[in-house]
Amino acid sequence: MAFLSDPINFIATWLRELLLGWGLAQGAVEAILKFLGAGAVGTFGLALVIFTIWMERKMYARIQDRLGPNRVGPWGIFQTLPDMIKIFTKEYITPAGADLVVYNLAPILTVSGVLLTWAVIPFAPTVFGTDVNVGVLYIVAVGAIGTLGIIMAGWSSNNKYALLGAFRAVAQMVSYEVPMVLALLVPVLLGRTMGINSLVEAQSVWFIVLSPLAALIFFISSLAETGRAPFDLLEAESELVAGFQTEYSGLKFGMFYVGEFLHAFTISALTATLFLGGWRGPGAETYPILGMMFFFIKTFLVYSVVIWIRISLPRLRIDQMLNFNWKFLTPVALALLIVTAVLDKIVVTALADQFATETIYLWVRGLIHLTANLLLGWAALRLLAGGEVKARRVVGQPRPLAVPPVSPPAPETPAAEIG
Amino acid sequence: MDVLPIIFVIAAAISLAAAVMVVTARNLVHAALWLILTLFGVAALYVLLEAGFFAVVQVVVYIGAIAILFIFAAMLTRRMMQDTGPQLHKAWPLAAVVAVLLFAGLMAILVSWPGMDSAKPALAEGADPLRQLGLALVSPDAYVVPFQLASVLLVAAMVGAIFVAREKNP
Repeated sequence: MAFLSDPINFIATWLRELLLGWGLAQGAVEAILKFLGAGAVGTFGLALVIFTIWMERKMYARIQDRLGPNRVGPWGIFQTLPDMIKIFTKEYITPAGADLVVYNLAPILTVSGVLLTWAVIPFAPTVFGTDVNVGVLYIVAVGAIGTLGIIMAGWSSNNKYALLGAFRAVAQMVSYEVPMVLALLVPVLLGRTMGINSLVEAQSVWFIVLSPLAALIFFISSLAETGRAPFDLLEAESELVAGFQTEYSGLKFGMFYVGEFLHAFTISALTATLFLGGWRGPGAETYPILGMMFFFIKTFLVYSVVIWIRISLPRLRIDQMLNFNWKFLTPVALALLIVTAVLDKIVVTALADQFATETIYLWVRGLIHLTANLLLGWAALRLLAGGEVKARRVVGQPRPLAVPPVSPPAPETPAAEIG
Repeated sequence: MDVLPIIFVIAAAISLAAAVMVVTARNLVHAALWLILTLFGVAALYVLLEAGFFAVVQVVVYIGAIAILFIFAAMLTRRMMQDTGPQLHKAWPLAAVVAVLLFAGLMAILVSWPGMDSAKPALAEGADPLRQLGLALVSPDAYVVPFQLASVLLVAAMVGAIFVAREKNP
């Protein structure tokens, strides 16, 4: 029964007793277990990508009215494994004039920046890598490492398209970090903590109910951080060949590929953890395995939305993308942060002891926040509508550059000479 | 055997070696990348001091923002990146003397400082260091004035940047 309700900790306890029984010191045993746990989380994350790639291709295909992978295994579920073997055997091609160390370091940094996030995500009340008290900031910090990897890849490839991709990466990722951090501060304010696990415990009422606007801003800006459609300007194939990863081949390209898919799954896990209650659900406290199940159900739901958005929306233009960030997301996130901070302080001081039970109080607080969020969202959309009309009017005026040049009449040639 | 001093020595050695590479690397982007390694070493030192907040802020601010902007600026100047001139200023012996004197002075002060050998004071039981830091930043007894002054300085810098970047004839 102990194994069924909490398998991970059951194995960890068994291993700890086994190692202690061999006469190892307490500190050494803890260190070994930490290393094993870190290895397990990392391997699990990478192994999960084998499945998510298949899932994404299948959903992609069904929405486009195709069948998708359907040859290897039932429903083509093992299709990724032959693809992996194929990419392992590909030749590594290094462009002339590439900066070798930086060039080879870039894919590693990109993947590790994503994998590091998994260290703080709680899968269940008792199953998490580590519970640092600055978890939210930690997520932002390791995100910077992934950006660094992309910039290094673009710069070191000695290719102008790769460099252009890197320029766009800086513009996009650094800009979208601003609304992402501001939106992340809203759960921190509401939960009164920065630790990820304590934030999950604080969500008696899910934070998406309290602040749907923050959830939306976080979701959109972290979607932009992953660099996939509609924000895939870093590797826009119609403009930049393949952007920052143009010159990579074999497993080095595979690392970028895996990193992108893992990043998309990671932001789904983060959204589920921070706004959808993470492992919370009926019975999760007593049976951690149930918590793990709830966590993955929520994560895969969000991940389906990520895939859906990727398939449905066309790529944005770079100016549209930056305008959307600096003129809409950032101001709304700033306003939301101020409103949430002031409102929550008022609610806590005025209403904390007014209700019969804690649950009613929490729901009333949630409803107040929800109303404020909806009002703010409505006001922002109204303001946006006014700006849109103005922008269209400017574009609609005739431009002198658009006038076609007057072409000279073509010289007439007798038809007989051609034949 | 205690592990922490060993980790400290490793982290300190890496950051010092990387710092030397920052000033000796001929390629600007390489210098910026070495700088990132130095800043990571400093973040590791913060972790060893159990100041997790500072470690993470170090990574967010210095690596996530400042170092990336350095690299961005350096990438824009690709033709000028290979610096071929002499790496030493002609007054370098003078600078070396000043540096050695400064180091000796600092060492003298630190060795005579009574806090050098004492163990670090323990935090109150069950207290969240992050919460205490936050309260100290806004408490009139602690650091509210420096905190507000720093904020004003940053706002002034931002206003200045916007003024410089603004189009003259909108």
